[in-house]
Amino acid sequence: MSSVTLQKITKRFKAVTALDDVSYDIHDGEFFVLLGPTGAGKTTTLRVIAGLEKQDAGSVQFDGRIIDLLPPAERDVAFVFQQYSLYPTMTVFDNLAFPLRSPMRKTPEAEIKRQVGETAEILRISHLLQRKTARLSGGEMQRVAIGRAIVRRPKVFLMDEPLSNLDAKLRETLRLELSHLQKTQKSTTLFVTHDQIEALTMADRIGVLREGQIVQVGTPTDIYDRPETTFVAQLVGSPKINLLAAGREDGMLVLDNSDLRLQLATLGVDPGKLPAKFTIGVRPEDVQPGSSGDFTGQVSLVEPLGVETLVHIEVGKQLIVSTVPGMTTLKLGSAVKFNIVRERLHFFDPNSGIRIAAIRD
Amino acid sequence: MATIELRQVEKLFGRAPAVKPMDLTISDGEFVVLLGPSGCGKTTTLRMISGLEAVTSGRIFLNGKDVTWLPASQRDIAFVFQFFALYPHMTVRENIAFPLESQGESRAKVNQRVDEVVAMLGIGSMLHLRPGSLSGGDRQRCALGRSLVRRPAAFLMDEPLGALDAEFREAMRAEIKRLHLAQHATTVYVTHDQIEAMAMGDRIVVMSAAEVQQIGAPAEVYHNPTNLFVANFIGSPGMNLMKGRLAGDVVHLDCRSDYSVPPVYRELLRQKLSSEEIVVGFRPEAAHVAENGAISAHVFGCDLHGSYNMLHLRPDGGPSNGEEELFVHVRAGRGVVHDIDAAIRFDLDPGMVRFFDPRTEAAIGAAQVSTMPAGAEVRS
Repeated sequence: MSSVTLQKITKRFKAVTALDDVSYDIHDGEFFVLLGPTGAGKTTTLRVIAGLEKQDAGSVQFDGRIIDLLPPAERDVAFVFQQYSLYPTMTVFDNLAFPLRSPMRKTPEAEIKRQVGETAEILRISHLLQRKTARLSGGEMQRVAIGRAIVRRPKVFLMDEPLSNLDAKLRETLRLELSHLQKTQKSTTLFVTHDQIEALTMADRIGVLREGQIVQVGTPTDIYDRPETTFVAQLVGSPKINLLAAGREDGMLVLDNSDLRLQLATLGVDPGKLPAKFTIGVRPEDVQPGSSGDFTGQVSLVEPLGVETLVHIEVGKQLIVSTVPGMTTLKLGSAVKFNIVRERLHFFDPNSGIRIAAIRD
Repeated sequence: MATIELRQVEKLFGRAPAVKPMDLTISDGEFVVLLGPSGCGKTTTLRMISGLEAVTSGRIFLNGKDVTWLPASQRDIAFVFQFFALYPHMTVRENIAFPLESQGESRAKVNQRVDEVVAMLGIGSMLHLRPGSLSGGDRQRCALGRSLVRRPAAFLMDEPLGALDAEFREAMRAEIKRLHLAQHATTVYVTHDQIEAMAMGDRIVVMSAAEVQQIGAPAEVYHNPTNLFVANFIGSPGMNLMKGRLAGDVVHLDCRSDYSVPPVYRELLRQKLSSEEIVVGFRPEAAHVAENGAISAHVFGCDLHGSYNMLHLRPDGGPSNGEEELFVHVRAGRGVVHDIDAAIRFDLDPGMVRFFDPRTEAAIGAAQVSTMPAGAEVRS
């Protein structure tokens, strides 16, 4: 497989800048997920790498070699789309064999048989090889589509939301299988999605894309634990992170429109490095109700999800969502004490939304 | 204020049952969710309650009055659809005022009611906009406003969040529930999303293949599913289900391991099981990795879900073909990380294990053995 480098890629469609000076590396054997909302430039990135779109500036490199002048067929990438795009009248075997039979490859038939057999084994579709693809279920079709991509051992896999057409339970299974396959085969994969759970669970690293720009690149743990902006903070995690307006008064953090205050020194934060007004971010699992809690609020909604319960706590005029394990005895309208896991409190600039770093001792 | 009662309500399309005879009594102010996959009969049930669909047999009562053959317009029920069904040429305010104006209410009364609803939904800033320029969430707020303004006796909602992006859905879900808590209007809510059903419902009616599978509070359907369908459908992922054979007090699992039945279940299983075949069920949070755990497995995957990790295990000796692949999902702390293909053992929390008869698909002893975790029976 190959590494992929994007260097200062810009792509415009008339007045719209789809990709704006984007640079990052995808390491050899890495599962790299591009995460972002619709219109962020995710699919455009894949198409530029595949050579289906020509960028206006910048270059694409495979293993350090610039490939901008290579036509798509010579780039040796394999695309997996959201739509399965299989040949419905062909058998599964012939669909898998198709890329190997292309005039450019001229693979001998015995070799085709071996490679198709191996691929079918990996994806556990051996029992379907003689079936016409029109008669497969959605999950089976997507397995065949993935099989057709891996059978010819390309340099890079480009996957454009390949799981989003499947129902929830099947998506979970295929996500798991795809992730296992990639980790055992060590194939360089660029996977595009708007689904934060797919990104967190599958990626070695995530690149967050917003309006054509890369906002943050990091491991799932980095992205979840140290979001660089409020946009990234809100993009990952379900339920969403609490973002609350707050300010600094005499060395205290004061939550706006509430009586919640806490000593900044106990957070290990140097008050001198904080602006007067800021936004704090706190993930729901870091808001922990308990009889010894330092803060008090009122329960305004309880959402039992089975494995955990979301408790909405009103603190003054602000609302904080907390996740507690299992079920809860907390009653609607009752007072609740809670603590905040202090070392997991995030600080952001209230205007730019950028993380305020270097505030801790 | 309204109670709704369905007595042996049935619907056939031609000869195909869309809803098999069902009974359901909904109390005044209750929020009941009809939950199931597409084609299970949940929307047809809702449409029969509204009067948009005629029943094939059975009777429907609203506040004790038989409304089975009363037209929809005379049932004093408001319907909120997945698709917003707003008038595109009217402003938000005109859309909301429309039901009252068409009833010939006085200007003063219309204004007063519209102002109330607008304040409740927090949509004061968009009153002069047309629906076309609103986001999906705001359009659905406007549609809710239009049904609220009439102060109907009951609300029927058909996947009202279905057309919204995931990011709005969470917030709108809480908003609708808050609205319900403020109004206490009887609500019947249809969804295929089990998380929505759990979060919102006082009770959930789980449906599949035109039939009611279980009616219960969220904690009940989650912890004590009545059958394999409910066990698998509720939860994300669903309940782990492992087949085996019961011999004495031990389940010989189809994978290589043996599992010793917790004492409270032993007598019950001997009495109720129709054969030696059995299914052991447990939620991902009811299993934990343990050096001397009863069940041996290999790690297939281990991934971060934000606040926790999920381990995906393949029990040793388990099935390994196509869709039959058996994974066991174990929820673990952020610190629990295991390499792919590592050998591992896990154990089950005896208070949270459930048993099913694979021949009838029914749970055994869900009602007899009270083993809900602490706090589970309490509703907000």
